[in-house]
Amino acid sequence: MTINITFNGKAIQVEPGQTILQVARQNEVNIPTLCYHKDLSPTGNCRMCVVEVKNWRFLQAACVTQVTDGMEIETHNEKVTKSRKLSLQLMLANHPQDCLTCEASGECELQDLAYEYKIEAPGWGTKGTRYTVDSDPNPFIRVDMNRCILCRRCVQACAEIQVRNVWGVARRGIDEQIVAGADTTMLEAHCESCGQCVAYCPTGALSNKMSYGKGRRHQIKKVPTICTYCGVGCQFDFNVKNGRIIGVSSNPNSPVNGMALCVKGRYGWDFIYHPDRLKKPMVRQYLLDGKTKPTHYDPKCPDWGWVETDWEKALDITAKKLGQTIDSHGPNSVGVFTSAKCTNEENYLMNKFSRQVIGTNNIDHCARL
Amino acid sequence: MQDVFQGAQAMFIIGSNTTEQHPVFGTMLRRAVKNRNVKLIVADPRKIDMVDFACLHLQQKPGTDIALLNGLMYLILENGWHDQVFIESRTEDFDEFKIVVKQYPPEKVSKITGIPVKQLYQAAEIMGTIKPMAIIWAMGITQHIVGVRNVMTLANLQMLTGNMGIPGGGVNPLRGQNNVQGACDMGGLPNVYPAYQSVTNEEARRKFESAWGASLDNKVGLTATEMIPGILEDKIHALYILGEDPAMSDPDSAHVRHCLEKVDFLVLQELFPSETSRYADVLLPGVSFAEKDGTFTNTERRVQKLNKVIEPLGEAKPDWEIIKELAMRLLSRQILTPDSPYAGWDYENTEEIMVEINSLTPSYAGITYARLQNGEGLQWPCPNTDHPGTRILHIGKFARGVGKFAPIDHIPPAESPDDEYPWVMSTGRVLYHWHGGQMTRRSEGIMKVYGSALIEVNPDDANRLGLNGKQFVRVTSRRGSIQAEALITDRVPPGMVYANFHFPEASANELTQAVLDPIAKIPEYKVTAVKVEIV
Ligand code: SF4
Ligand code: SF4
Ligand code: SF4
Repeated sequence: MTINITFNGKAIQVEPGQTILQVARQNEVNIPTLCYHKDLSPTGNCRMCVVEVKNWRFLQAACVTQVTDGMEIETHNEKVTKSRKLSLQLMLANHPQDCLTCEASGECELQDLAYEYKIEAPGWGTKGTRYTVDSDPNPFIRVDMNRCILCRRCVQACAEIQVRNVWGVARRGIDEQIVAGADTTMLEAHCESCGQCVAYCPTGALSNKMSYGKGRRHQIKKVPTICTYCGVGCQFDFNVKNGRIIGVSSNPNSPVNGMALCVKGRYGWDFIYHPDRLKKPMVRQYLLDGKTKPTHYDPKCPDWGWVETDWEKALDITAKKLGQTIDSHGPNSVGVFTSAKCTNEENYLMNKFSRQVIGTNNIDHCARL
Repeated sequence: MQDVFQGAQAMFIIGSNTTEQHPVFGTMLRRAVKNRNVKLIVADPRKIDMVDFACLHLQQKPGTDIALLNGLMYLILENGWHDQVFIESRTEDFDEFKIVVKQYPPEKVSKITGIPVKQLYQAAEIMGTIKPMAIIWAMGITQHIVGVRNVMTLANLQMLTGNMGIPGGGVNPLRGQNNVQGACDMGGLPNVYPAYQSVTNEEARRKFESAWGASLDNKVGLTATEMIPGILEDKIHALYILGEDPAMSDPDSAHVRHCLEKVDFLVLQELFPSETSRYADVLLPGVSFAEKDGTFTNTERRVQKLNKVIEPLGEAKPDWEIIKELAMRLLSRQILTPDSPYAGWDYENTEEIMVEINSLTPSYAGITYARLQNGEGLQWPCPNTDHPGTRILHIGKFARGVGKFAPIDHIPPAESPDDEYPWVMSTGRVLYHWHGGQMTRRSEGIMKVYGSALIEVNPDDANRLGLNGKQFVRVTSRRGSIQAEALITDRVPPGMVYANFHFPEASANELTQAVLDPIAKIPEYKVTAVKVEIV
C-alpha cells in the first residue's frame, strides 16, 4: 500500500512509514544534514534539514518527520533556505575561523555547507575561544570543543555503536557543551579509545592525534585493507600520503564491521614504522665463517654475532643448512611453523613447502595458543 | 556474526572475553542486548565487561565447564525443554549421552562449580525456552586439558535444544589471530592438506602428489607443542619459523628456550627481533600486513582481500616471496614429475597462488580475486565461481550426516591449588594489547594507555596480603616466577589472579605448564596453581 504526496510540486507515490529525508534521498533530492547519520538514530537538533509542509505551522526537520497521505512538501523554497542560512550563521558565530589549520578541512560537513550556502561568519559570537584546545589527554583522540557544533553524533556513536556512553551534554543555552562522563577525561569516563566518535564527528572538534597535521583529504589516497589483529576481520582504509601511512579511516562499506573499529585496528598501526623493524637479512657470524654452531648460546661470543647480509647469501645459507639436515637426519627432522598472522596464500605456500619441498608433515602454527 | 547479531534471541557466552579479545564483535553483542533485549548469559570465572550486559552471570570455578554444561542439560531434560524433533531427525547416540547427563543433578554441579543452584535453574530455563540461542566461545573453552571435550559438550547443548544450523543459533567459535582460520584451511596443520583433506587418506595424498609432482609422507606430523620438546629428543634438528614467537607464546617458556637453544639450525622470518630470534641462526625480514597482497579468512569463514598499501620497508620482502625463493633453491634436490600442474614455484604474484588454491581446495574453489575486489568477501564453502558462499553451516544437515551426541564426563584440571600453591592463575589478553605484544608494544599511544603488565587481584585477597595501591607482587608456580604491578579489582574472584602474556618481562607463560589436551594438543593456559606474595 502506497500513499500519495506532493514533493517539490511533483505528485509521487511512496511507501508509508518513511521520513521525508528518506523519501528525498530516494528521489535524489539533496536535503542538507549535519546531525543526521544513517547509522545513528535521528535527533533533529541541527535544523539543517528543515522543509516546509503545507498547512503546518512550523518548518519540520525532515530526518524525524514521517510522510503521511496527501502531504505537500517543499525542500528548497525561499523560506526553507533562509532558515538553513540562519542556522548555519548561528553555528559559525561560535565556531573558530580556523579552517586554514583545521584537520577536518576538506571533509568537514560544516565547511561544505557554509560553502554551498555561501555563509560568512557573522560579526558577533564567541568565535570558538571558550575552551582549551586539545583538552583531553587520550593519546589517540584530539578534542577541541571550540569547533563543536553540538550535533551530538559523538554522543550517539558512543552510545549506539560502541554502547559505552562516554559523551554527554552538559549545561544549557549558550553554555551547552559536550563533555566526557561527569566532565572528566575520556579514559576516566571508561572510554575504550575505539575512535567511533571521531569517525562520526562532522567537524574538526574530534580528530585523530596520530594523523594530526600529516595530510588533508585531497592529499591522501585511501587504500582499503583488512585489520591484522583479531579474527573479526574488520576492514578499513589506510590513508596514505607520499607513500607513507598517516592514519586509518573507517570504510562505511565494510561488510563485517561497518564504520566500527577497535583501538588496535584504528590506532595500533604505528608498529609498521617502528625503528626495531628488521630491514636486512641477518646471519650469525659462525655461518659466514663456515664453522659449526657453538654448543651454548652466549651473546658475547663473536661466533654468535649477527651480520647483515644480502638476500642471496642468507637464502643460500638457509637452503644449504636445511638440505644438510634432510640429508643427515631425514625430512622429518625439519619442523615448519607457519603463521596465523600471514595470508592464506603464504600459509598455502608453507604447507606446500614442508610437504612437497622438505617432505614432512611437521607443519603447525600457534592456533592452539 | 551478522546472524547472531541480528537473529539470536538468547546468547550464551562462555570462555570468551568478547569485548576485549574480539572488540568489534563484542560491541555488536552489546548492541543486540541493548536494542533487541536479547537475553545474555555469561559464564566466566571473572567478572568480565560483558557481564554488565548480562541478565545472568555464572561464575564457575576455572576448569569446571563440563560439569556446568552437563548440569544445565540435566535441568533442560528434566523440564522437557529439549527439542525432541531435532534430536530424533538429526542426531544419534542420544541415549548414551543421557545416561551421563543424568549424573549431574544441580546440587552436585553447584558443589563442583561453585554456582548457586538457583542460578543453574534460571540459566537452564532461558536456554531451554528461548530460541534461537547462540553460543559464543573462544580460548577460554579450548585452553584446557579438556578443551576438545568442552567443545563437544557445547555441541551437545546446541543439539539438545535444536539450535544447530539455524540463523542466530549454533556454536560460534571466535578464532584468535586474524588468520587462524585461513592457516588451518590452507593446511597449516600436521594432519591435513588444504581444506582438511587428511594426509593419511590415500586418495587425498595421491591428489596432492600428482598436483605437486612429488611423493608425500603418509604419516601425521608433529604439532607445534610437540616439535619444540622434540628437539631434546633428537627428533627435530632444524626449524623454519614464520612470524611466530614460541619462546613467548608457548607454555612453560623457560623450557621452550632451553629446547630452542639446542636446535641445530633455526631460521626465523619476522618483522621484529623477538624472544625467539635470540636463538635463531638466520633472520629473514618479512613485512607487515600493509606491505603485501593476499587474503585473510576471518572467524566466520569470510575470505577478504588484503591490499598492498605501501612498499616494503628497507630490504624486507613480502613473506610469500621469501618462501618462494627458499623453495626454488631446495627444489632442485627433489625428483619431481615435470608435467604435474603445480610442481613449480614460479609465482609472479599472489593471485597466481590463489588460482592454485582454487583448484586444490574444494571449499575455496570459487573464491577468486576478481570476485573479492568489490570488498564484500566470500564465506566458504564456495565450491564454484557462481556460488554465493555459505553464511551458516549445517542448515538442514550436518557435514557428517547426523549429529552425534557425545557422552562426556567432568575431569578436574591437571593442576589444582594445594597448600603450597593455593591460588589459581588464569591467563588471557587485554583490550589494548595483542598476543605476545610484538606489535602493540611498539605502538606509542597504546603503551601510553597500557604500558606494563598488570596482575589482577581481588580486593579481599589484596586485603589479606596487605596490598594497597600501586605495589608489585610476585606470582610463582612450579615452573617459574614473574613480578608485576597488582591491579586490585573485583573482576577476579577471591583466590584467583589473572595475568596476560603481552610483556616479555612479566609473561604469564613463564608459569604455565605444557600439559596438553590429548586430542587438540592445546596447552592448559586457563588453570595454573600459583602462590602470590608482595615484593
Ligand atoms: S573513543 Fe569510543 S568509547 Fe571513547 S568516547 Fe569515542 S566512541 Fe566512546
Ligand atoms: S564533538 Fe563533533 S560529533 Fe560531537 S557534538 Fe560536537 S561536532 Fe558533533
Ligand atoms: S579492528 Fe579490532 S575488532 Fe576489528 S579486526 Fe582489528 S582487532 Fe579485531
